[in-house]
Amino acid sequence: MVKMVRKALTTNYAVAHAAKDSDVDVIAAYPITPSTPAAEKLAEYVANGELDAEYVHVESEHSAASALVGASAVGARAFTVTASQGLIYMSEVLYIASGLRLPIVLGVASRALSAPLSIWGDMHDIAPLRDAGLIIYFVSSAQEAYDSVIQAFKVAEDPRVHLPAIVDYDGFIMSHVTEPVDVIDREDVLKYIPKKVTWNTLNPKQPISIGTVGDPDYYYEFKYQQQVAMENAVKVAEEADKEFEKMFGRGYGLIEEYRMDDAEVAMIAYGAHAGTARVAVDKAREEGIKVGLIKLRLWRPFPTEHLMKALENVSVVGVLDRAMALGAPRQGPVVKDVISMYASDPSKAPKVASYALAIGQRDVKIEDLVAVAKQLDEFAKGKEIPNKTICIGLRE
Amino acid sequence: MTLPGWKELPEGAVVREPGNTVTISTGEWRVFKPVIIDEKCTRCRLCWIYCPDGTIIEVDDPNAPLGKRYEVDYEHCKGCGICWKECPVNAIEWVPEER
Ligand code: SF4
Ligand code: SF4
Repeated sequence: MVKMVRKALTTNYAVAHAAKDSDVDVIAAYPITPSTPAAEKLAEYVANGELDAEYVHVESEHSAASALVGASAVGARAFTVTASQGLIYMSEVLYIASGLRLPIVLGVASRALSAPLSIWGDMHDIAPLRDAGLIIYFVSSAQEAYDSVIQAFKVAEDPRVHLPAIVDYDGFIMSHVTEPVDVIDREDVLKYIPKKVTWNTLNPKQPISIGTVGDPDYYYEFKYQQQVAMENAVKVAEEADKEFEKMFGRGYGLIEEYRMDDAEVAMIAYGAHAGTARVAVDKAREEGIKVGLIKLRLWRPFPTEHLMKALENVSVVGVLDRAMALGAPRQGPVVKDVISMYASDPSKAPKVASYALAIGQRDVKIEDLVAVAKQLDEFAKGKEIPNKTICIGLRE
Repeated sequence: MTLPGWKELPEGAVVREPGNTVTISTGEWRVFKPVIIDEKCTRCRLCWIYCPDGTIIEVDDPNAPLGKRYEVDYEHCKGCGICWKECPVNAIEWVPEER
């Protein structure tokens, strides 16, 4: 059995620890709340010799991402952490990293976007990146964050994939909360993710050009290649999770089903609130409501088949979204994916209710989600579902 | 000509043969072209230095003053006009392209 040590870590520290145990070669980070402690911890690891890596002190997140593109392009295992405005500032370069097929991994402590200025947690930062060609994990505990960073390297560096990956966790609710985390010996982690450069790199002995032009005769084919890599990543992520479970005894799946076996209605949640939803499901069950929960772990690529299968026998599903897609038919970023899964055969679709919650870290209580379960039950019994997003906890 | 499909193209649009732009005629972009008037040219070499595309060609010619002549590689000169602007003796004319 592999050696594990139990430590008390915040998710920020768990993510930094995972990067250290993955033996990253280059870190380029610019501090931003609530991810700063992760950046500081990584600097500490490098300074005290626990991690033999190059730590690039950059002047912005745009530069951080750019430095990592360079690092990854010479074959380094590259890592950073960021949040909110920082992630948005990085995003120009993240599209490029994906197009260049560089397996950079990022930890994102999700936070609201200005204006008004908010340092608090929600998913407005990660939401617009869903089409950027990045693998995106939503995690719900410090342990899952630790394990997912290691898995993210496995998936990102797989020759069938070669895409950057993000492990997204809730700002403050997770980033600053201490939980027990079983950390793995670096030696064992590296058995799971051996350092092997399989992507195209700059090498004076075999010169290549990267960052080239794709004129109208070529651009389309390269975008399609990224889409194929995304499609491959579903299977690769599943394999990576299974292998991780075999080696280290912890597996999560791409989605996690809770009390779904006989569920008539279901909630889809992600991030920290999946934990609240779990307790709410138990409470609603006590009141006789046959509700189940699906925790969405992999957002990109979207695990369409897994989700459709899990929802097969459900008549109504409520999607608990954590950001507002302003001006869209429904405001949630994930609910739109859930609806579009059924576009080619709506007869298979459950009715879909869209919920917005925890916007700008507005508190969400267990009772709020018990109320959602009850409402879903009413919708299942024939009550009309509003043709818009239901905003939980919004003052009139 | 059939172009390669997505399965054949290299991942990440890398180019495996660096320097292969010599095979691509970038001169087609040009709207104006530089024309060097050899009689006026003092062989100062500034156009050769400033050309961002290396398309001013220095030709050894024992019959020419100082043994050199300057020519334009019209296959690759993209018509930026820098040589024309930099020539200190106005030995380069700026001529509209006619195709
Ligand atoms: S016009 Fe520009 S590209 Fe052409 S020869 Fe002059 S400097 Fe070079
Ligand atoms: S800059 Fe003018 S004078 Fe100098 S080498 Fe070129 S053409 Fe001749």
